[in-house]
Amino acid sequence: MAASETVHLPAHRETVAAKILRAVGKLPLQIFLAVVGLLWLVPTIGLFVTSLLPSSEITARGWWTLFSHPSQATFSHYSALFHNAGLMGALKTTAYIAVGNTLLVVIVAALAGYAFAWLEFPGRDWLFICVIGLLVVPLQMALIPMFRVYNTLHIGGTVLSVILFHAAFGLPFAIFLLRNFFIGIPKDILESARIDGASEFWIFLRLILPLGLPAIASLAIFQFLWTWNDLIVSLTFNVQPITVWIFGQLRQFSSSIDIIAPASFLSLVVPLIIFFAFQRYFVQGLLAGSVK
Amino acid sequence: MSGASITAEPPPQAAPPEAGGEDRSRYRAGALFLLPAFILLGVWLVYPTVYTIVRSFFGQHGYLGTWVGLDNYRALFTTSALTTAIKNSAIWVAVVPAFVTAFGLLFAVLTERISWAVGFKTVIFLPMAISAFATGVTWHLMYTQNPDLGAVNALGRTVADSFSTPGVLSNASPSTTALQPKGGGLLLKTPLQPGGVALLGLTGIAPLDVPQGAQQAVKPAPKPGDIVGTVWRDFKPGGGKPGVVEQGELGLPGVTVELRDSSGKVAQSTKTDPNGTFDFTDVAAGTYNAGIGASTFAKPFGGYSWLGPKLITPALLIAYIWIWAGFSMVVIAAGLAAMPREVLEAARTDGATELQVFRRVTVPLLAPVLSVVFITMIINVLKVFDIVIAMAPEGSQRSANVIALAMWRTAFSGFDFGTGSAIAVFLFLLVLPVLALNVRRFRTET
Repeated sequence: MAASETVHLPAHRETVAAKILRAVGKLPLQIFLAVVGLLWLVPTIGLFVTSLLPSSEITARGWWTLFSHPSQATFSHYSALFHNAGLMGALKTTAYIAVGNTLLVVIVAALAGYAFAWLEFPGRDWLFICVIGLLVVPLQMALIPMFRVYNTLHIGGTVLSVILFHAAFGLPFAIFLLRNFFIGIPKDILESARIDGASEFWIFLRLILPLGLPAIASLAIFQFLWTWNDLIVSLTFNVQPITVWIFGQLRQFSSSIDIIAPASFLSLVVPLIIFFAFQRYFVQGLLAGSVK
Repeated sequence: MSGASITAEPPPQAAPPEAGGEDRSRYRAGALFLLPAFILLGVWLVYPTVYTIVRSFFGQHGYLGTWVGLDNYRALFTTSALTTAIKNSAIWVAVVPAFVTAFGLLFAVLTERISWAVGFKTVIFLPMAISAFATGVTWHLMYTQNPDLGAVNALGRTVADSFSTPGVLSNASPSTTALQPKGGGLLLKTPLQPGGVALLGLTGIAPLDVPQGAQQAVKPAPKPGDIVGTVWRDFKPGGGKPGVVEQGELGLPGVTVELRDSSGKVAQSTKTDPNGTFDFTDVAAGTYNAGIGASTFAKPFGGYSWLGPKLITPALLIAYIWIWAGFSMVVIAAGLAAMPREVLEAARTDGATELQVFRRVTVPLLAPVLSVVFITMIINVLKVFDIVIAMAPEGSQRSANVIALAMWRTAFSGFDFGTGSAIAVFLFLLVLPVLALNVRRFRTET
């Protein structure tokens, strides 16, 4: 982000000839990066183009041949998928999980982040260190016990069971991120509100949440993508979002490719839209997270 | 808002407690704000972690099962499926963080010099938004073995074919026993002298494989001083007589024929005409053998079995690096942007070349960022799961196994909760050093 906006200001005005010379000198670099960029795009484009191939062609020809026969492209696989009750149900499940988890994590983490940043209580920093410690616990540590608990309580296979599991594992990072952001909010604003007699909850709702919006947005995007793209948790607890649904088709990879390719691309569309719409927050969250 | 604003600052000094009642209400507020988080963390994270650690010392079934001591951990290093997983994870750790960091550094530094850096970065970064699972499916398509279908092998074929073109008759076989295999080609046993005629009949050529422009085969008339002959498809509908050029049989053009002298050395080499005939001119006296060169039978590039048991791990590594290079690039680019420009400019003014600036100034200054990327990648790689389960076909799953996947399979396919717990704890122990790092960094920050 910031790096891309860095401009080298020329010390003196360059002549047109010098500019052209410089551009030509950079040509090998430009070509190299263009080739790399193109190579990086190929898999995603390949998946999309494969999903447009008619069923008869899908295992007969490479997807790239569609570029020389563009008239053969068909969206029929997609319209078939929209009438596939299983897949539509899976998409709905994915949306429930992603939205539910995102809301839960944002609310719970914002509350805790505020407490860690601005409320005084004994052992606060010690507790916060514990939360940071939980950051590295791999979710594999909880799969077996929660599988047992869910089975005992008969709540396995429900969307809620998956949301709660995701939320718990999203929380340490979420609390860490929001606490560090909230603590940067000018103290005067909070203190004057307190002197005016505002309750902590009012301060949280009316001051912290609006002022913390950039960090909350980053967090929300991350949580949303993280749960949208999850496979292992839902697979374990027997819930069927789109990843698990596609996973079920993988056994007959080549014979079901006309379902797998469009369904996979469909599962990408939402993350891609979010990525392009909120790229800035996405990158910010990433940078904050990589400091962990 | 820049990324820099999301860093820890010293916590505010506690306001001096004014009255005991207010103090208590502050504590109560703190507890209330933390309660939901601590319920979630306690039930879904802390309790399971403790349980899994305890569970790893007990047998396969039941809430706890029977005490087995360290047996589950012993199984980790003695069961072949698990040792494969540990070995593969070691390969992942050895390869991926280094490549991801290197690619990220390369892209971040190079994009500083182009005007369309934003576009380039978006393209490289794009896979980060895609699930590891969908990446698995996507690359499964890319890696299809048949070069007509899989893009990676299609590219491989383009490269391979530019070095050695496939032979015109990769599947042909001799029509009579007079023609014997030799060094990848075929050699006519019957010795020839100048003025002789060599008949090189081939079968096993599908009509579609007959080279373009083939005409009715002709048996050439002998020429004094020359050795002439024909290469033809010694087959016509109904069969025909082997070894005899008949009406309805096609000559095979473009075939490389070789004339070897008595010591076996190639004396002359030429290509056949559309009617299959060839002519070695001005042959010196002596005995010779005529034959068909090996290049004629060169097999076309059949594609590598990327998803087969041998190459599956390299194939997975490539796909995974494809995802994460963007992450590394963005983090390093941010570090680059925060770097003092004067230092770089000073080095350039002092006459340092771009490469020297990069090695002696940029990389050392970026070291903290690079290590963050590297460590993050080690953790990510240890937890790899989705991409393996999505990309490796049934037959390669065993050889593609990694720790996180082995844990899942052991627990939820094999229903061995004891060993499954032990693998999870092992994974936890591997990432534990990072916990120490995190806590230390937080301590220095506050």
